Amino acid sequence: MVKIILRNQEFEVRPGMTLKDALRQCAILPESVIATRAGEMITEDEILKEGEVVKLIAVISGG
Amino acid sequence: MKCRKCGGKAAINMPQHHLGLCREHFLEWVPEQTERFIKKYRMFTHEEKVLVAVSGGKDSLSLWDILHRLGYRADGLYIALGIDGGVNYSAESQRLTEKFAAERGLTLHVVSVQEQTGKTVPEWAEATRRGRQKPCAVCGLVKRHEMNRIARDLGYDVLATGHNLDDEAAVLFGNTLSWSREYLLRQGPVLEERDGLARKVKPLCRFYEREMTAYALLRGIEYIYEECPYSVGASSIRYKELLNQLEHDQPGAKLAFYLNFLEARAQGLFAAPEDKPVELHPCPNCGQPTSAPGLCSYCRMVEKSQESKV
Repeated sequence: MVKIILRNQEFEVRPGMTLKDALRQCAILPESVIATRAGEMITEDEILKEGEVVKLIAVISGG
Repeated sequence: MKCRKCGGKAAINMPQHHLGLCREHFLEWVPEQTERFIKKYRMFTHEEKVLVAVSGGKDSLSLWDILHRLGYRADGLYIALGIDGGVNYSAESQRLTEKFAAERGLTLHVVSVQEQTGKTVPEWAEATRRGRQKPCAVCGLVKRHEMNRIARDLGYDVLATGHNLDDEAAVLFGNTLSWSREYLLRQGPVLEERDGLARKVKPLCRFYEREMTAYALLRGIEYIYEECPYSVGASSIRYKELLNQLEHDQPGAKLAFYLNFLEARAQGLFAAPEDKPVELHPCPNCGQPTSAPGLCSYCRMVEKSQESKV
């Protein structure tokens, strides 16, 4: 499985799907996050592989 | 996805521009675009002294980094608000800002609200009707007052803030929902100097918040990731989420919303050309401009609090 982490939330998706599809499955808008894998930023067309961990950085701030 | 410039692996995709860029070219593109916006909106020149309001967040630290790289005379101003919220919020923001400035040899002015007024922002919020529901209104008032005071007292030509396009679109959305004509008339990349108010500029106003996050990450800028504890449930965040949903279905919608607003306003949609701006006069206590008769909002807040102690 592939682990997706956003702040204190964790999701798991099947390997072989794109980041775009993984975010859709987790109900996360790609516009609201930056995705990193092993410290590198990745784009939505990236295919996720077994055992990978994708860390999402939330971009919205304000008040 | 490939970088449009070199064909290497893209680090970011910006669908609203049909543009993907690698790390190296994105880090070139952001300052180039910033320079373009500074010139397009006639924000300031290389000869002028710029005061950058820095909070320790990704936008303001990135703005300071960019202006420094572009060779502008930009110093920083950090206002210590005294917010803890169980996460040491202000202290950590200040630490990161001071670290950023020290690493680059930049001049940073630090103003403590508690030292200036005897209370932190949450304490002011508790003490006044303005902030009883939420300290954000008091926080905004104190920050505007202090930013203008420091810019004026230290002789800066312009005050720059790190507002990005998502910030601007969210404010515009809120003001449009309520048709707040006065606010709509004032919103823009530049608020000209008048009657003792420093010129205010927003050089990042055409970058998406996502792009500024990417810039900070790729540039290795250490910023405060935690949200202000008082921003939970803020309407600006709700508007940003709504606008991102729209952007998802219709790439470029946020940018078009803001740019078309600026265009419509320039063509007089919100005001007849003969409309006069609200008259300002100096506050008899602090000397800063105010539209209210007598004391400005800031001094009224301080005075009321002192009265209630007696």
